[in-house]
Amino acid sequence: MRPVYVIAGGITKFAKAHADKDFRLMVKEALDYALGDLGGKLTVAEIDGSVISYFSDHFTYQLKAGAMVQDFVGLCPKPHVRIEGGGATGGLCFQQAWESVASGRYEVAAAMGFETMSHVETAKGNEFIALASDTNFDFPVGGYYNGYYAMMVVRHMHEFGTTEEQLARIAVKNHNNACHNPYAQEHLALTLEDVLRSEYIAWPLKRHDICVMSDGAAVCILASEKAAKKFCANPIRIAGIGAGSDCMRFADRPHGPVPLLPHEKKSDYSSNLKYPGVHSFRAGRMAAMAAYKMAGIDHPLEDLDIIELHDAYSSSELQTYEDLGLCKYGGGGRFIEEGHSTLQGELPVNPSGGLLACGHPVGATGLMQAVTTLWQLQHSIPKHFGNDRLQVKQAKRGLIHSHAGTGTYVTVTILERP
Amino acid sequence: MPPEPRLPEVERGTEVFAVDPLTVRVHFEVDYIHSLKQDTPFFHGLARRKLLGSHCAKCGYKFATPRVQCMYCGGPTQWFELPLVGRVHSWTVCYFAAQEFLKEVPFTLVLVEFDGVDTLFLSRLVGVERPEVRIGLKIKAKFRRKATWSVRDIYFVRAD
Repeated sequence: MRPVYVIAGGITKFAKAHADKDFRLMVKEALDYALGDLGGKLTVAEIDGSVISYFSDHFTYQLKAGAMVQDFVGLCPKPHVRIEGGGATGGLCFQQAWESVASGRYEVAAAMGFETMSHVETAKGNEFIALASDTNFDFPVGGYYNGYYAMMVVRHMHEFGTTEEQLARIAVKNHNNACHNPYAQEHLALTLEDVLRSEYIAWPLKRHDICVMSDGAAVCILASEKAAKKFCANPIRIAGIGAGSDCMRFADRPHGPVPLLPHEKKSDYSSNLKYPGVHSFRAGRMAAMAAYKMAGIDHPLEDLDIIELHDAYSSSELQTYEDLGLCKYGGGGRFIEEGHSTLQGELPVNPSGGLLACGHPVGATGLMQAVTTLWQLQHSIPKHFGNDRLQVKQAKRGLIHSHAGTGTYVTVTILERP
Repeated sequence: MPPEPRLPEVERGTEVFAVDPLTVRVHFEVDYIHSLKQDTPFFHGLARRKLLGSHCAKCGYKFATPRVQCMYCGGPTQWFELPLVGRVHSWTVCYFAAQEFLKEVPFTLVLVEFDGVDTLFLSRLVGVERPEVRIGLKIKAKFRRKATWSVRDIYFVRAD
């Protein structure tokens, strides 16, 4: 597989609803922004193919929406494929685009993702998302994603002593970061009190522990080394790719030993710890292992400079610190308390505000993470955000993480400034 | 002379939420003829007041939620009767829900663990609110008198 670079990106601001732009126009705007960033050197004519991602055919009446995007942005008669993978749709799209260039099939690929969730009321939206769980056994008892994630964190609290306050600290961090991100849906400078006093949705998750549904689109342009040099002054290399999966029904997950990262030892974990059970995400650990191996990362906390991970719930961020090996399993609560993942910490996580504050238009989210991480590593956040508050200084290596279902698929991609 | 061909006029107008941008109601409804196929015995079991799981004779694994093929050794599993008492492995109280279940909130979901069984079963816990609901609470199964032929035919209550 040959080296692949990310050369440009664009994001249509995530919003509760875009009254005047349909999914096709949102993607076109993001694509135009990306092409504009390259100064017009790259045009649609030089894009060899695309990977188009959106999660749900239920949110809008229109099926085969990917094909409508391809023609609207002017990419016909080039090839395209639609990628879907629950919440990991964007991350999977990015990795599919990587494969299309790494294999030699395309020189330049466009990864384009979108979602419009505003055509239905919130409870109906929750219902559609819940249909992405087992519809014979889990959905009919009232199972839905806020409930599943709540049950997972209840077990995490039992195993490791994680507290509601630790979860709230993550929500506070991400919401306050987002105040400086013009693309984020929410700009709420929440305090710990605000989060802890917000209403319970599914115990212990409160309103501010949960991301919002949005309309939005994001686009990344990926290129071979030759094409990257031709079109872009500061391309960023894709250094590591990993993905993993686990049982759709979290009730079916095994209870066994922890798959260890290179910097961990068997003695780090008690033999009583049954993994992953419902407290941790085996798919995330597998994805991290593969990506770290490919990128040559042995000590993630030291080797990485910035992370954008899938915080659909504040609890998912805490659990993901552990899956990524930033701390041991059980150490996520202390990790946030000690401030490691804040903007001032040694490894800022979700400087963009994450899903909690930016919103989660499912098909776009994983690509949004790729775009902001591209800008972090290019050191061009000030140019794109209009302020430098969120630029991680001298960022060289970043990680993006996209997560679906109850940890049913997870992708981890490492990006590196050459 | 025959009249000119024309489409008939509609009797009922379109429901409009907003004129600019033009936002209209579009209705969509589906009834499925849904077969439970190889999982059918589980649902028959509920109607006979039994909770059936899947046992892999080859590797010994016992699944509390049915699957007719073992995901570890690839062979077929056999149905077996689960005990009707278990413990709460995890729980939550839902104060909001998917649209279909909104009228039932608040309700308590539990993952049930059973002695000698490797995996868990997701169900409702009825009659136990916060702060009584906790991991380790002993619970027992109850069955609806009138079968709905769905996993909703079983639920759990406190065992003591």
